[in-house]
Amino acid sequence: MPDAAFDPRAVPGADAHAAALHSPALKHHFDDLGQQKEAATLGMWLFLATEVLFFGGLFAAYLLYRVWYPDVFGEASRSLDITLGSVNTLVLIGSSLTMALAVHAAATGQRRTLMIFIALTMLLGAVFLGIKGVEYYDKIVHHHVPGPSFHFEGPTPERAQLFFSLYFAMTGLHAFHMVIGLGLMTVILLMAWRGRFSATWYTPVEMSGLYWHFVDIIWIFLFPLLYLVDRHS
Amino acid sequence: MSHVIPRRIYYVIFAVLVVLTLVTTEVAFFDFGLMNPVIALTIAVVKATVVVLYFMHMRYSSRLTMVIGAAGIFWLGILLALTMSDYLARGAGTY
Amino acid sequence: MDSLTLPRTHYANAEYGLRSWLLTTDHKRIALLFLGSISAFFLIGGLFAMLIRLELLTPPGDMVGADTYNKLFTMHGIVMIFMFLIPSIPAVFGNFFVPIMVGAKDLAFPRLNLLSWYIFMIGGLFTLAAIALGGVDTGWTFYTPFSTHASQSNVMVAAVGVFIMGFSSILTGLNFIVTIHTMRAPGLTWFRLPLFIWAMYATSLINVLGTPVLAISLVAVALERALHIGIFDPAYGGDPVLFQHLFWFYSHPAVYIMVLPSMGVVSELVATFSRKNIFGYTFVAFSSLAIAVFGFLVWGHHMFVAGMSVYGAMIFSILSFMVAVPSAVKVFNWTATLYKGSISYETPMLYALGFIGLFAVGGLTGLFLATLAVDVHVHDTYFVVAHFHYIMVGGALMGYLGALHYWWPKMTGRMYPDLIGRIAAVTVFIGFNLTFFPQFVLGYLGMPRRYHAYAEEFQALNVLSTAGASILAVGFLIPAFYLLWSLKYGKVAGANPWGSVSLEWTTPSPPPTFNFDETPVIAGPAYDYREPEAKRA
Repeated sequence: MPDAAFDPRAVPGADAHAAALHSPALKHHFDDLGQQKEAATLGMWLFLATEVLFFGGLFAAYLLYRVWYPDVFGEASRSLDITLGSVNTLVLIGSSLTMALAVHAAATGQRRTLMIFIALTMLLGAVFLGIKGVEYYDKIVHHHVPGPSFHFEGPTPERAQLFFSLYFAMTGLHAFHMVIGLGLMTVILLMAWRGRFSATWYTPVEMSGLYWHFVDIIWIFLFPLLYLVDRHS
Repeated sequence: MSHVIPRRIYYVIFAVLVVLTLVTTEVAFFDFGLMNPVIALTIAVVKATVVVLYFMHMRYSSRLTMVIGAAGIFWLGILLALTMSDYLARGAGTY
Repeated sequence: MDSLTLPRTHYANAEYGLRSWLLTTDHKRIALLFLGSISAFFLIGGLFAMLIRLELLTPPGDMVGADTYNKLFTMHGIVMIFMFLIPSIPAVFGNFFVPIMVGAKDLAFPRLNLLSWYIFMIGGLFTLAAIALGGVDTGWTFYTPFSTHASQSNVMVAAVGVFIMGFSSILTGLNFIVTIHTMRAPGLTWFRLPLFIWAMYATSLINVLGTPVLAISLVAVALERALHIGIFDPAYGGDPVLFQHLFWFYSHPAVYIMVLPSMGVVSELVATFSRKNIFGYTFVAFSSLAIAVFGFLVWGHHMFVAGMSVYGAMIFSILSFMVAVPSAVKVFNWTATLYKGSISYETPMLYALGFIGLFAVGGLTGLFLATLAVDVHVHDTYFVVAHFHYIMVGGALMGYLGALHYWWPKMTGRMYPDLIGRIAAVTVFIGFNLTFFPQFVLGYLGMPRRYHAYAEEFQALNVLSTAGASILAVGFLIPAFYLLWSLKYGKVAGANPWGSVSLEWTTPSPPPTFNFDETPVIAGPAYDYREPEAKRA
């Protein structure tokens, strides 16, 4: 920490350091950009930890009922389109790649590359949601949406309905987070277009990236849990 | 400031993730009994781990960041384990 | 410097106008915004308490009907827990003093801090709307299947309100954790931090890790109620007890959110008012963390008779015994601090001493409840009600009042008349015990909770309890008067009216907007009453 006697100009290589100390991006209550960045990173990871527990409640419910009703859950799971599910998984993984490349572009001060990769990330996110929409539509058509019009062949359709309730709740919550992610990306894109980011400061890009990857990770678990319950029967 | 990681690493991780996704999908069609969910979840954990370590830069972050990430998962573990400890033990014994 | 005049410019007059308060990012102003809000909510929660106690003056349910009574205790619980106790110390004194105690200019995320208040107010508005629309009757615990299928009351509105307020807690906790990790002043190592900061840190851990599960539980209830998804409905293969698991995963640690900050305050008060270092500082610091962690492992003790597995119950029972240990460590260490201390009995100290005694009773009775065989008899009786009020009111609330009276001169620059303060504290203590001790007996004798009528033989103790509640209410109201009075007419307090060595007392009262004129550098331990000058470099 600098004390009263420290003069940034007196230190070799101090220009970048001084720039970091007096950067317009530095908030007044922080000592330097490094401290500010560390705080932002910790804050975002803490928020992601809360998201793990938020989704976790639904995972707990799912775990219980899958243990209780393995056969019905397996049957209901088989009615999901595994091709669309795995394609969507690849789409999201691709979007994580483009997001990581976007952060890299920001860190190396490449404004146009950053914007391209953010746009690609958003495109892939939209593709994901589109495919999800197709799947939801398919469920509606087959009367697999919980509610008065629900219909499922078998001895215990009400337990199949429980599966689909969890399916819609979990993928719905995930999709909601994706939409928020797309909103974040829009803001980042606008900020990048306005030239707000540089190699010295691109924290919002990185933090949004963390959020985006997290949403990808949720899907990495949703896919096997919902789609791959019992594909070999 | 933070590390700038060579892009090559991202491409490698991407390839790993794609391969694992294809593997987990294929394996699901074979009957390994109780091992099916174990395999599927193990693959998912590996995928999530590489995303966290490399895409999310956890590998290059402070130890405190790692502790926070681990804490989130560990706490989810508490929720799942202790809840299931009730359900799995129901009906056991003479109560 | 003449320490007995108010500083000309300080955080509260640096800018004027409504906008400067409603759009502030100054953690101290935000703390006062919270102070105003939760004080108003406390009055509302207290009103419901008075109505409950009035009904319980007579055995038959003659004042209100059963459904209305259900709404009274529900609203009392929701308002007192979510709108008063959970935010109380963290959002007021945590917000005000965490940055100052770590030597920082503000919290890590000042705008997020303001957002936290707005989120709290919006959630509060929803909950008040639920009251205005006719109330909720499920109990603050929202148990299924009543909340999801049978209740005709405003469950959704209330659930949405509580859900929203949860995010306020999460943001506050997140802010504190990051601030304490990254913004400590030079020389301020972890083991030189005041114990209040350790308590705030531990509380924040719970806020961040526990509240999201409450949030998803309420989402699930809302989905079940609106769409009948079946997650808690046996007709679809669901289990109503699953809700209890998810709900109590948060709501048990929530009680530690409510009491840990008060414990932190008590550490500060005991040190200052016995002019002695806290005995066993490291043990007290780690005990806060232990309570936060262990507090997550015991939630099943709310469900012993709900149909859970006996073996699961045994695990939760033994863990519940273990969680009492770190709390006991604190009580022992405070007592050891008092021993041979130079004790003075100003108002804050009276609240601290009240806390130690009453929390001990509350905590010990918790062990009764953690014992499976005993709990079968006293679950859902007034024994439980008495137990948690000893902790929440005798403990948490007394800690809050102690904090209010201790830090009032720092926040406002004014002293209140200590004699009246002490009279009010004693009134609270007497009123409290008269209200709640009879309830231990009532519960033991079998009077169930959440019933608007009761058997004839319980009347005498109920009358005693209601009489006590009236005295308690007076005790709570007196400070409102003299504290507000002191703002205009109270003696100027100066920087350090209590002679404490803690960092917040080195800055003027009220503090300047950026807290310190120069970043402090810390060279000594948190509590050093032998040589108060040695620790400042």
